[in-house]
Amino acid sequence: MAVITFREAIRQAMDEEMARDERVILMGEEVGEYDGAYKVSQGLLDKYGEKRVIDTPITEAGFTGIGIGAAMAGLRPIVEWMTFNFSLLAYDQVVNNAAKMRHMSGGQLSVPIVFRGPNGPAEYLSSQHSQALQSIYAHAPGLIVVAPATPYDAKGLLKSSIRNDNPVLFLEAELMYSWKGEVPEEEYLIPLGKADIKREGKDITFITYSKPLRLVEQAAQQLADMGVDAEIVDLRTIKPLDEEAVYQSVRKTNRCVIVDETWPFASVATHIGWLISKNCFDYLDAPIEVVTSEDVPMPYNHTLELAVQPSVEKILDAAKKVLYI
Amino acid sequence: MAEQVLMIALSPTMEEGTVVRWNKKEGEFVNSGDVLCEVETDKATMDYESTMEGTLLKILVQEGEQAAIGEVIAVIGEEGENIDDLLESIKSEKSGIKGGGSSSDQAEESPEIHVKTEKIKADAGTAADSRIKASPLARRIAEINNLPLDRIKGSGPDGRIIKADVEKYMEKKAAPEVSVRSIPPYAVQPSSGDELIPASAARKVIARRLSESKYSAPHYYLTVTAAVDKLIDTRKRINESLPDKISFNAFIIKYAAEAIKKHRMINAAWQDDNILIRKQIDIGLAVALPDGLITPVVRDCGNKGIKEIDGELRKLIEKARNNKLTPEEYQNAGFTISNLGSFGIEEFTAIINPPGSAILAVGEMKKMPVVDEEDNIKVQTQMKLTLSCDHRVIDGAVGAAFLKDLKDIIEDPFRALL
Repeated sequence: MAVITFREAIRQAMDEEMARDERVILMGEEVGEYDGAYKVSQGLLDKYGEKRVIDTPITEAGFTGIGIGAAMAGLRPIVEWMTFNFSLLAYDQVVNNAAKMRHMSGGQLSVPIVFRGPNGPAEYLSSQHSQALQSIYAHAPGLIVVAPATPYDAKGLLKSSIRNDNPVLFLEAELMYSWKGEVPEEEYLIPLGKADIKREGKDITFITYSKPLRLVEQAAQQLADMGVDAEIVDLRTIKPLDEEAVYQSVRKTNRCVIVDETWPFASVATHIGWLISKNCFDYLDAPIEVVTSEDVPMPYNHTLELAVQPSVEKILDAAKKVLYI
Repeated sequence: MAEQVLMIALSPTMEEGTVVRWNKKEGEFVNSGDVLCEVETDKATMDYESTMEGTLLKILVQEGEQAAIGEVIAVIGEEGENIDDLLESIKSEKSGIKGGGSSSDQAEESPEIHVKTEKIKADAGTAADSRIKASPLARRIAEINNLPLDRIKGSGPDGRIIKADVEKYMEKKAAPEVSVRSIPPYAVQPSSGDELIPASAARKVIARRLSESKYSAPHYYLTVTAAVDKLIDTRKRINESLPDKISFNAFIIKYAAEAIKKHRMINAAWQDDNILIRKQIDIGLAVALPDGLITPVVRDCGNKGIKEIDGELRKLIEKARNNKLTPEEYQNAGFTISNLGSFGIEEFTAIINPPGSAILAVGEMKKMPVVDEEDNIKVQTQMKLTLSCDHRVIDGAVGAAFLKDLKDIIEDPFRALL
C-alpha cells in the first residue's frame, strides 16, 4: 500500500470526487492560484479550471453563503476555510442556512456541501488562531461533523462527506497535514458515523478523535508497559456519534477516559461523558475522566501553549485515576 | 445547636483511636483550639484539639475506649441544651448496626477478649455503613450475586468498593473451607492459665508493616567486624570537654550518613517499578518501648555535626519514651539503625524499615584477641555490623561497598573528614 500524507489523502479525495462528479466544486481563499494555504488543493486548478476551483475574496460570510446557495441550487461545493478560526465569521451562514434549509423547506431543499479546513491549535499562533471549535458546530442540529486522525480515514471519510446530501463540517489540523499513513491505491469509502477501534484492549477505554489520537496511542503504549491493556475508540465522526461503539467498549472495560482538544465546558467530551454515565451506569467501575484543553484562551508563550493542551502525561494521570493505580 | 465531635484521623495510617484521657469534663466550656482529649493512635498519643466552641455536653467514648474514625465521641453545644434526641439518634445508629441487642456496655463487662474484638469490628463498620460507597459496577455485581456490600472492604478512593474488591470477596467466599482445612489450624487452643491480650493499635501497625517489609522486600544480609578502639578513644576525648556525653549511636548515625554520601543507593526507596533516590539523609534509630518500638528520625544527618545529631536524638528518644512523637518525627526514614549491643547481642539481622531499603544492625562491643601483622596477639575491641538490604534497590556489591566504607570510617574516624 502507498504511504502518503494526510494532506495528499485529502487532495486525492477531492480530485477523485471532482473527476467523478462535475457538480463538485472547490472554493475558498487561495485554493486555486496558490494551491491552497496548506497546499492541500495542489494542482486542482490546473486540472479542473477556474470554474470549478474558485479563489474567493477574504470574506468568509460571503463565500460560505455563496457555497450554501450553490448547494441549494444543485452543485456540491467544497468550501475550504483557511482555518476554522475564520469560520466564526460564517457561523451564521452555517447554522442558520446550511443546517436549517432542509428542515425549514419541508425537505424541498437539500444542502450537499462540505466545509473543510484546519481546526484546533497548531503552534505559536496565540489565542485567536488556535481554537478547537468542533463543540459549537456539533451543538447545532442539522450538521454532520467529521474529524479523522489518519490519512486512510481522511480520504475515505472526505469522499463520503462530498457524496452526502447534508452539510458536513470536515475538521483537519495544520499539524496533521504532514502525518503519513497507508492508503490503498484502489477506491474506497468510509461510512460517516462509524467509529474505529484503533487499539483493542480490556482494561480501560480511551475515547478520542482527530489530532489527540497520537497522544492517546503513546499513553496506551506506556500503560501497556505497566501491564494495562487499553482500548482506543477513534470516533472519526463526532456527529452523528457512534454511540454503540462507545458503549460496547465501556461495557467491556468498565473504565473510560475521554480525550478531546476542545475547551471542557459544554464540549464534545463532556457530552459523551454524560451519554456514557446514562447508558453504561451499571457498568462503570470508576467515574469517567475527561482530558481537554484548559478553559483559557490559548497563551502565546510556547511552554504555556503546550501546558494548556492535552498531553500524554495528563492522559496517563487520568487513566491512573480511573484504574485506581 | 449541639454538634457532634467525631473521631478524626490523627495520623495518616490511623483507622481507630483510643481515648487515653479527657482533658475537659462534661459541663466545661471548650474554646476552639483547646485540647479536648488525648488519643492513642496506631503510633503515638496525640492531642485532639477542638475545632468547635461551646460547652462539652456529653462524653460518649470514655477513657480507655476505642472509636473508629468518623464515630461520635462527644457532643458540644450550648449550656443546658437538651440533647436527648441527638443522643437517641446516635445510639440507634450504633445499635442498628450492631444488631440491636449487644450494647457496648455488655461487651465491655464481658471478660472474654474475643467479644471485645467483635465490638471493635462492629464499630468500625458504623462509620462506613451509614453510606457505602461502591462503583455502580461493583453494586451490580454484588446485587446479582447477592453479596452484602457492607461486608466488602473497598480499596478505591474514600473506601469506594470497586469491581476488584467484589471479585476478591467472591473468591474468598468460594474457597475458604478447603484452604482452612488443608492447613493445620494456626491458632493455639488456649488452655487454663493462658492469657489472651488484644494487640494495641501500635502493635498491629508494627505487625503489619514488618510483615509487609519482610514479604515484599527480598532481604539479604552482610556482616563485617569493625575494630572500635579508635572510636571509643575519639568519643572519650570529645566527651571530656562536653557536659552532655555524646552517645555511640550519634557517632554511628553520623558515620553512616558519611558512608551514604558515597553510596546514594543505600538512601533509596523502591516505588512501584521506580527507584526514588533521596537527597537528604534521614536516619531513624529503633527505640524500644514498653509495648513495641518506634524509630525517631534525625533529619538531614549529612549536613549536621555529631553534637547536633546527638542533641536531636536525645530529645527524640525522650519524646518517644513518653509517646509524644509526632508523625513527622518518626516517619520516612531513608536508613535505619538498630542497636542491640547493650543487651549483649553479638550480631543479629534486622527487618528493613520501609520506605527505607536498608537497616544496620549493631552488635555488642567486645574485647577480642587478634593476631596483628607481626604475629603478635593483642587485644582489640570489636563490634559486628549487619546490613539488611532490599535487593530490589541495593545489589550485593553496592551494599558491600557501603559497609566497607562504614567500617573504614569507624576504624579510623578521621576518614569521616575525607
